[in-house]
Amino acid sequence: MNKEKYKEIVSKNTPKEDTVKNGIIAFLVGGGLGALSELLLRLYCLLFDMPRKEAGVLVILTLIVIASVLTALGVFDVLVSKVKAALIIPITGFAHSISSSALEYKHEGLVLGIGTNIFKLAGTVILYGVVAVYFFGIIRLIIMGG
Amino acid sequence: MTYVYAFLFCGFVCLIAQIILDNTKLTPGHVTSLFVVIGAFLDIFGIYDKIVLYAGAGALIPITSFGHLLIHGAMDTASSLGPLGLAFGIFDLTAAGISVALFISFVLALIFKPRH
Repeated sequence: MNKEKYKEIVSKNTPKEDTVKNGIIAFLVGGGLGALSELLLRLYCLLFDMPRKEAGVLVILTLIVIASVLTALGVFDVLVSKVKAALIIPITGFAHSISSSALEYKHEGLVLGIGTNIFKLAGTVILYGVVAVYFFGIIRLIIMGG
Repeated sequence: MTYVYAFLFCGFVCLIAQIILDNTKLTPGHVTSLFVVIGAFLDIFGIYDKIVLYAGAGALIPITSFGHLLIHGAMDTASSLGPLGLAFGIFDLTAAGISVALFISFVLALIFKPRH
């Protein structure tokens, strides 16, 4: 069997994902999460009598804790396989990447396992965030003066 | 009205990510890195600030806000200390999120066993 025929058979038999359905689910669930966070933010504003900025940080922390606990319980992966980007793109995905690598490498020890691997996936977000901020920050300082 | 904008913006960001994931070979790691850079980029001219003003928490939740918060902290100290301030303030606003995520992940990793 030549290579091209093999490729043809492979692509024919790979299950096709319904990209339209995936997109709609990601939009609805992601949007729902956004609206729910806004509700939570206003709740925190009222309950703790704090300004919106601090309440926003508290909302982010709440989502991080929820996502980490769900990851530890093994629920998060099931949810991600259903709603995909709607949970990866919000801060829940960041929390999941940290807690899942901590759990996964636990068996290799506290330092060499959890310690060296905890930033395995989240490291890329922080690295490129920092690189971008230095770059854009200097541009902004030059253009707008701060 | 903030709820509607929050729904629309957060949904829109997730939709774009889903389209990228479905139609290219990029992994979630690529997409989140890209979105952080976009979030920081949108803040050069304060565009993301305006989005936050309208969409509220809907704009704070997506990973794009991570880039926005990084550059915000950096610019806050840079305005008083000059270019060196970029380094001092860069993690000011994200420190809470990163440290809480690290701490709770560590504690949970000690308690729970990984499931496959």
